[in-house]
Amino acid sequence: MNKLAVNNLNLFYGDNHALKDISLPIPAKQVTALIGPSGCGKSTLLRTLNRMNDLVEGVKITGEVAFEGDDIYRDVDVKQLRMRVGMVFQKPNPFPMSIYENVAFGLKAQGIKDKKVLDAAVEESLRSAALWDEVKDRLDAPGQGLSGGQQQRLCIARTIAMKPEVILMDEPTSALDPIATHKIEDLMDELRKKFTIVIVTHSMNQAKRISDKTAFFWMGELVEHGETTQIFNQPQDQRTQGYVSGEFG
Amino acid sequence: MRLTRDNQDRLMLVAIWGAAATTIMFLLWVVWHILSNGLAHVTWDFITGAYTRIGEASGIWAMIVSTVYMVLLSLAIAAPIGIMTAIYLTEYAKPGSSVVKMIRFCIESLAGIPSIVYGLFGMTFFVTTLGLGFSILSGSLTLAMLILPVLIRTTEEALLAVPLSYREGGYALGASKIYTIWRLILPSAMPGIVTSVILSTGRVIGESAPVFLTAGMVTQIPESVLESGRTLTVHLYKLTQELFTQYEWDQAYATATVLIVLVLVLNMATKFIASKFNKASH
Repeated sequence: MNKLAVNNLNLFYGDNHALKDISLPIPAKQVTALIGPSGCGKSTLLRTLNRMNDLVEGVKITGEVAFEGDDIYRDVDVKQLRMRVGMVFQKPNPFPMSIYENVAFGLKAQGIKDKKVLDAAVEESLRSAALWDEVKDRLDAPGQGLSGGQQQRLCIARTIAMKPEVILMDEPTSALDPIATHKIEDLMDELRKKFTIVIVTHSMNQAKRISDKTAFFWMGELVEHGETTQIFNQPQDQRTQGYVSGEFG
Repeated sequence: MRLTRDNQDRLMLVAIWGAAATTIMFLLWVVWHILSNGLAHVTWDFITGAYTRIGEASGIWAMIVSTVYMVLLSLAIAAPIGIMTAIYLTEYAKPGSSVVKMIRFCIESLAGIPSIVYGLFGMTFFVTTLGLGFSILSGSLTLAMLILPVLIRTTEEALLAVPLSYREGGYALGASKIYTIWRLILPSAMPGIVTSVILSTGRVIGESAPVFLTAGMVTQIPESVLESGRTLTVHLYKLTQELFTQYEWDQAYATATVLIVLVLVLNMATKFIASKFNKASH
């Protein structure tokens, strides 16, 4: 079953036609990787899925993104959407507050004040993000004092706390060292059991390691998509072939 | 005569050092001049005593109280308006729109108007038209207008310095715009906002002309904001108008000493608070 379906989506930044007639199904409880060279539109597509592009001036979108059948640009409240479709960014962006407050931020924004509810949610989210054991004795310490990899797991915990159905990840390990990257990838292997994950990645090896489905983008077009093994082993298009074999990109 | 490259460098260096040394020297000279003439006359009686126009009572307690009232009231009026305008400009307004351009133009123009013009306006509008009389309230309203442009500009800069990634992070969690601004962006910008409020305090303390044109010069402790009061700076201005005896000179220098100490304390408070906030957020 498809959690999200992108149908004939076009996106313009002013006169720049950044996404060209994209149609892509995103199956539930699987990891879908969006790959392609810089500027191919993969991050832009990711940011249409939770309407982060709304924040950018001069963006025009045609076509549809269906979330369980509802058009997210017409039928869904944007704040509700973003709770159900969470996002982890390229550069870890913990807020300038304590670890606890970072995780509780989204819940408090929904008006949840009950200390017990918050305590339980913070612990559960930090456990799910494999960070609990490292921070349980210093929940009051500033989130920005953590290492880069820990910060990114804190951001994942913050996202999980909202109990989303989909987690969007925009090159979540590109700012991290190999060990921290490895930990995040392990974590994603756990998360795929509960969440639908869409990840933008620069690393073809990462896409191969963690994703079920892969979509290859090239200059604003979706060239091809399918099972990750098929995309990497029997690409149908010459451009995909060239990219996955490392000829360019 | 032609200079070698080395000598050109040396000459430039001497000029730069000279300029810096001159600046520091002038500052120290002014401070030393005031303190050496005034400090000896700053007694407990001088600070806490009453003042009479004729006679021996020359205390400045009423002026200190008026100054404090003036600072608190003008900030209470200007800070909310200034901070909310800055929030509108950075978080809500479409950059480059004609509304923003108009507000910017107004702010820049307001900042350039000589303060005595504000005083004239305040005296006509607040004192007479609105019938508030020569009062702390008229003075505070006038000074609020005066400090508004700088408050807006500095608050805007503090808000713009908050990384875009915080806003994205807040919105991505489904938090509303208001909540994100209130709980995430404003706290992050707080050191800058506090600094701008303290700098505005310095401005309020420092003004004289627009203050005596709107708040008057009564040397009593004002019992309400609708009464006149004389701030320290106005008092000093008034004293310097009639320096006939050594005793009057001493009073003027002692008042100036109190003002200088006040401004130095404010500057140190700014640095201290800013560093506190920085530590808290990192």
